[in-house]
Amino acid sequence: MTVVSLEGVSKEFGTGGVRALQEIGIEIAEGEFVSLIGPSGCGKSTLLRIIGDLIQPTSGAVVVNGKTAHQARLDRDYGIVFQDAVLFDWRTVAKNIGLPLEMMGWDRRRRSDRVKQLIDLVELTGFEGHHPWQLSGGMQQRVSIARALSFDPPLLLMDEPFGALDEMTRERLNLELLRIWEASGSTVVFVTHSISEAVFLSTRVVVMSPRPGRIVGIVGVDLPQPRTADTRESPRFAELIRDVRRILRSGGGLDVEEPSGEEALIAAEEGLQ
Amino acid sequence: MSSTVVEPVPRGTLGARVGRGLKDWVPALVVFVAGIALWEGLVRGLDIQNFLLPPPSDIVQTLWTERDVLWSAAWFTFEEALGGWVIGCSAAIVVAIVLARWPLIAAAVMPFAIAANAVPIIAFAPITNNWFGALNQLSKMVIAAVLCFFPVLINTLRGLTSVRPQQIELMRSYAAGETQIFRRVRIPNALPYIFTGLKVATVLAMIGAIVGDYFGGSQNALGIQIRRQAGVFAFTEAWAAIMIASILGIAFYAAVAAVERLTMGWHPSARATTE
Repeated sequence: MTVVSLEGVSKEFGTGGVRALQEIGIEIAEGEFVSLIGPSGCGKSTLLRIIGDLIQPTSGAVVVNGKTAHQARLDRDYGIVFQDAVLFDWRTVAKNIGLPLEMMGWDRRRRSDRVKQLIDLVELTGFEGHHPWQLSGGMQQRVSIARALSFDPPLLLMDEPFGALDEMTRERLNLELLRIWEASGSTVVFVTHSISEAVFLSTRVVVMSPRPGRIVGIVGVDLPQPRTADTRESPRFAELIRDVRRILRSGGGLDVEEPSGEEALIAAEEGLQ
Repeated sequence: MSSTVVEPVPRGTLGARVGRGLKDWVPALVVFVAGIALWEGLVRGLDIQNFLLPPPSDIVQTLWTERDVLWSAAWFTFEEALGGWVIGCSAAIVVAIVLARWPLIAAAVMPFAIAANAVPIIAFAPITNNWFGALNQLSKMVIAAVLCFFPVLINTLRGLTSVRPQQIELMRSYAAGETQIFRRVRIPNALPYIFTGLKVATVLAMIGAIVGDYFGGSQNALGIQIRRQAGVFAFTEAWAAIMIASILGIAFYAAVAAVERLTMGWHPSARATTE
């Protein structure tokens, strides 16, 4: 079943102004993990918000879970995670996670059972009563992910969720996210500007060009599941990273990339050959 | 992620959340005692005339001997201040919510509110005496209320509107409407701002009530006491009245600050007390 279907989606900001997205078309099937990658300003975050009905496209058709994006939002068909955890300072960890459930009218008992499950899932046991400022950045983002998963949405939208974290925390949370994705069976659309993160996590990587944002290529990632820390060591992983980089370069977007440590290493190897 | 062992931080006790530890107060206490001693010493050493500046020991003595009259006058004026504070602050919060909810009204009204804010409101004291009767406490409450209104309005409005755009996006992703966003995001977000306004307003309410008294009213009011005693050269008595006004003002402010600390244990400003 198709969870997200985009057809000829374009977005202009202002009247006749900046063209952010041009003729985007893609179908995302149930259970897929799709990354959108591209340089800053390629409109990947805008595209994510169009899927979530937080921004209206200028033209084109958006179908989410078999309905209009608007109806899907009203039906709470997706959970969203931003780069910033966007936790509410006045709510404890447990109450932040339970916020969507409160709004959906779950009673206290059912809510606290579900929150407890999620706390276990993201390994924050003992921190239920803490306030956001008492947590590290990585822990805050785990709360944010638990909140997005709380009502078991069929679709998870993630906008550079680990972009503000250090490399080690990011890799740990990558593994964590894959575990959660496998357990929940939900569909993920993931925005990132890290090539290795996109390849490591995804079943497909959608490469976008800078202004106006277009899809310049889609790389199917055939790395075996489940992925582990060893996945990053495999030659196929390096090959896929090279493929994505080539497409990015052909789209005119590579010069804006900030390569991570291992990407720089691979680039250096390439230079030697 | 299980490789990092992070222990939960224990939550602060009630005492720790309300006040700081005793030793944090020692420097301030030393300055206070030294200041009083310096005042006493200078007045006595330089033989400063009593009508210029009485020594603190005389003031405290008068405070004690005149305690019945002073306390009854102080309480009368404090009621004026408190009443004005309650009226002004609640009106300001309600208006701020309306203005934040319907920005069109705000755009139409705010220029006038800002202009009105520049009006020296205390100048209206004789007029409110005329409107509500000089002996009626309401005439002073109105002055105090108008003084409290603007800082609380501006602060509340800022708190209601300074919500991060992503917080709104998140709420919309849960299909929340404006009312839900108000209840769950804007109002809690505004609380620290509101308390800042409320604290400033305690000071303004005391000023409004006392200056309102100066323009006439019950003989049993603190402002009248200060004016009359100074008029008959009983400066120590006037200073004693000023002292009790200051003590009440500080206590009023501290009470609101204590409520703030109790209700906002979640706020990062409470950090220092829980760590």
